[in-house]
Amino acid sequence: MIIGTPKELFEGENRVAMTPASALELQKLGHSCVIETKAGAAAGFSDKDYKDAGVEVVKTAAALWKAADIVAKVRVPDDGEMKRLSADQTLISFFSPVADEAKMKSAARKGATVVAMEMIPRISRAQKMDALSSMANIAGYRAVIEAGNNFPRFFTGQITAAGKVPPAKVLVVGAGVAGLAAIGTSTSLGAITYAFDVRPEVAEQVESMGAEFVFLDFEEEQADGASSGGYASVSSPEFAAAQLAKFREIAPDMDIVITTALIPNREAPELWTADMVASMKPGSVIVDLAAEKGGNCKLTVKDEKIVTDNGVTIIGYTDFPSRMAAQSSTLYATNIRHLMTDLTPEKDGVINHDMEDDVIRGATVAYGKAVTFPPPPPKIQAIAAQPKAAVVELTPEEKRAAETAAFKAQTKQQVTLLGIGAAVILLAGLWAPASFMQHFIVFVLSIFIGFQVIWGVAHSLHTPLMAVTNAISSIIILGALMQIGSGSFLVVLLAGLALFMTGINIFGGFLVTRRMLAMFQKS
Amino acid sequence: MEFGFTTAAYVVAAVLFILSLGGLSGQESAKRAVWYGIVGMALAVAATLVGPGSGFWLLSLLLIAGGGAIGYQLATRVQMTQMPELVAAMHSLVGLAAVFVGFIAHFEMGRVAGLIAENADLKELGTFAALIAKKSTVELNILRVELFLGIFIGAITFTGSIIAYGKLAGKVDSAATKLPGGHMLNIAAAAISVITLIWYFNTGGFFPLFLMTLAALFIGYHLIMGIGGADMPVVVSMLNSYSGWAAAAIGFSLGNDLLIVVGALVGSSGAILSYIMCKAMNRSFVSVILGGFGGPAGEQMAVEGEQIAIDVDGVATALEEADSIIIIPGYGMAVAQAQQNVAELTRRLRAKGKNVRFAIHPVAGRLPGHMNVLLAEAKVPYDIVMEMDEINDDFPETDVAIVIGSNDIVNPAAQDDPNSPIAGMPVLECWKAKQVFVSKRGQGTGYSGIENPLFFKDNTRMFYGDAKASLDALLGKIS
Repeated sequence: MIIGTPKELFEGENRVAMTPASALELQKLGHSCVIETKAGAAAGFSDKDYKDAGVEVVKTAAALWKAADIVAKVRVPDDGEMKRLSADQTLISFFSPVADEAKMKSAARKGATVVAMEMIPRISRAQKMDALSSMANIAGYRAVIEAGNNFPRFFTGQITAAGKVPPAKVLVVGAGVAGLAAIGTSTSLGAITYAFDVRPEVAEQVESMGAEFVFLDFEEEQADGASSGGYASVSSPEFAAAQLAKFREIAPDMDIVITTALIPNREAPELWTADMVASMKPGSVIVDLAAEKGGNCKLTVKDEKIVTDNGVTIIGYTDFPSRMAAQSSTLYATNIRHLMTDLTPEKDGVINHDMEDDVIRGATVAYGKAVTFPPPPPKIQAIAAQPKAAVVELTPEEKRAAETAAFKAQTKQQVTLLGIGAAVILLAGLWAPASFMQHFIVFVLSIFIGFQVIWGVAHSLHTPLMAVTNAISSIIILGALMQIGSGSFLVVLLAGLALFMTGINIFGGFLVTRRMLAMFQKS
Repeated sequence: MEFGFTTAAYVVAAVLFILSLGGLSGQESAKRAVWYGIVGMALAVAATLVGPGSGFWLLSLLLIAGGGAIGYQLATRVQMTQMPELVAAMHSLVGLAAVFVGFIAHFEMGRVAGLIAENADLKELGTFAALIAKKSTVELNILRVELFLGIFIGAITFTGSIIAYGKLAGKVDSAATKLPGGHMLNIAAAAISVITLIWYFNTGGFFPLFLMTLAALFIGYHLIMGIGGADMPVVVSMLNSYSGWAAAAIGFSLGNDLLIVVGALVGSSGAILSYIMCKAMNRSFVSVILGGFGGPAGEQMAVEGEQIAIDVDGVATALEEADSIIIIPGYGMAVAQAQQNVAELTRRLRAKGKNVRFAIHPVAGRLPGHMNVLLAEAKVPYDIVMEMDEINDDFPETDVAIVIGSNDIVNPAAQDDPNSPIAGMPVLECWKAKQVFVSKRGQGTGYSGIENPLFFKDNTRMFYGDAKASLDALLGKIS
């Protein structure tokens, strides 16, 4: 199959869906690659780089769309591109099945296959192709850098000869992938970082990144993210009110606020109201990563940076990944490449579009002349482990009762065993002659001693124990020794053989035990 | 002829043997304890040689010395990874010796009975024959049962140990195989043994004894053939126990208390080891001996996710960053002879001030305590080698857990999946560590054929390749 990547047409889009490195990997899967000239230029990949990686470079977009069986790109295709999409062609790109419903339907009518990168299910197996996560990671990082660029002070606190500098306080709202990346960047720059999320289970992740989780004084069972595929769901009005109250309380202290709260297929929730902005110090920065969906702050202007009357900068850029095109192209191209690996299970250049596969099925929105959105729920639901049923704490009384019961059972068992043992020995004594009983008593006592002694043997010395018991079980040599002197040739022969073999055992057993024990050394 | 001083020597020897076993409770005292055993054995043999076994003493000494020379060679040359084979092979010798001694006792009985019938002079008889001559009819009957049992157990031990040796040495396919007929054959052989016992008890002829020996040899062969490789720790300790019981039975027939004492000690030691091993696998002794896992109670949980591979650089980086590391060795480490590399890795990591420890599952390897011996051979200090119970709670605070060649003993399905064949088996909870690396040859399941969900966990990375080669590569990255 031929995989082609056109130049992105969207204004200001610098990313490209194929890099020379990913092209090499794609070729290993048995595919050949084609790219439109200058497609990678904005991301820092020249046509020569692609040629060196074995990619065919074509002059026009039209030629590319004609040549490729599979078109991999970043942005949703525009109307012109949709016209070029032909039947039997596969399109892999960001493709919102809700916002671009018309395009999805037209593609399905044509018979083209569309794989939407947004729709890759969030299960562990699909993490490697989860472009939303890889882009969000970049956005989170860049949000902090962008904020720092517009923030007139240091992030980290310093005490210098020229005076003391307080550290910046950063609040990250929404601890998804972007939020966590922002937290990581912010803490590593030295700012005091706070984070909030409606999913309480992420508090641990937040704290592991070095930020402080902002807890609400609110008693409500929040739906755990695992039930909604790892994404946040809409919270109740009471919860939302408690949340806003908390933000209002801490807003005047915050120097930088980064909001990343998004709910899939919905308008972004308003979390940072105009009065909170008004209460912030001049010079503070708000970066609204939800700007594309209307913004978590209603003052945000999409794709623009504004400064409010009280001197707060609000950044509403939506192209953070594109601002780091080399990095984001590399990650995105790798996501695409992983997807292709799953689509080419035999590594023979033949696409097997397996609609039984959770990941492929979930991401495919048009297939076989039909719209295949929404997908059925994935067979695998788990992201975070479901909380286990709480272990029932035993009360002291119950514990004591259990202990007494165990003790009684143990006593009963011991007494029974002793009783049976005594009865057996008595029976034997009734029947067997005294000479046998003498030996029998020795036997029983020896077993008893054996059990007492062996339980004390360290586990780590079990192999030496076996070797040494092996050596001393050669005590049977005594039998052969006693017998060899009496009787016929056959007896001498058998006894001689027995002596010989036990001789091997005695020396071998003891020596090997000594060898092993000598090896055990204390540090 | 009474030999008072021989009896006295036997008492001392018995005490020494008990001390010898008891001394194995600690690594330091064990070094002293093995000397008790050696002195006890020397004392017992010497006392018998000058006393009741004085006939042919030169030949006896020569034979023992000859055997001793071979034993010396074996013991000095054996690789520590071959310990299970050696132990199994030596059990077979004890078993065979027991069979021989039992046969001799039978011949002597026949001869003495003949002499008594002819009213011949009994003064010229050897020690053992003289003992028989004094016995009453009831005592003779008991003697028959005793030597019958001695031969029976000895024969099972003999063939069983040979098969165990073959399986451990890779000379016999280690998978569980059974002849058509399965356990019915064993039951039939056991029934033959019971019938021949009654027959022998009544007639005292050699033929029933011989028939029983064949049946017992077959039971030993077939029983062990039906047990798979991973159950070998139980098998070897069971055979160890049998060799003890055989010695004890022979002791009864010879009227020798030292044999009885030592046989009982060894027998109970092997039995306890078998019990510990079974407990560590959460299986009953009977189910292990009869071979194969019990059928799963229902559908096993499907394993979701995929095995993610990692290269040597990734492992090296993670190890450099980790503060606490736990290594879990298994039979795969022994097979790849990787213990020296593991030890070297441990030394280097410890030199960097990292807390490196080993977690040993009771049934890791093919012999109880096998891993401890291998690590000791590679000079890993024993105080960082922990038992399962000592270390299992520490995994959540551990940065990196490295699994080298073990599989079932780190299988979370034992806890999570009630339908798993190994459900309820105590396992090392290495998946609770922050990161787990699994050094493994390929993607296949382990001996038991049970899928291991550990390999699919998010914090698990598979470090594919031969354990030794992988560690070699790793040592190249960590200085």
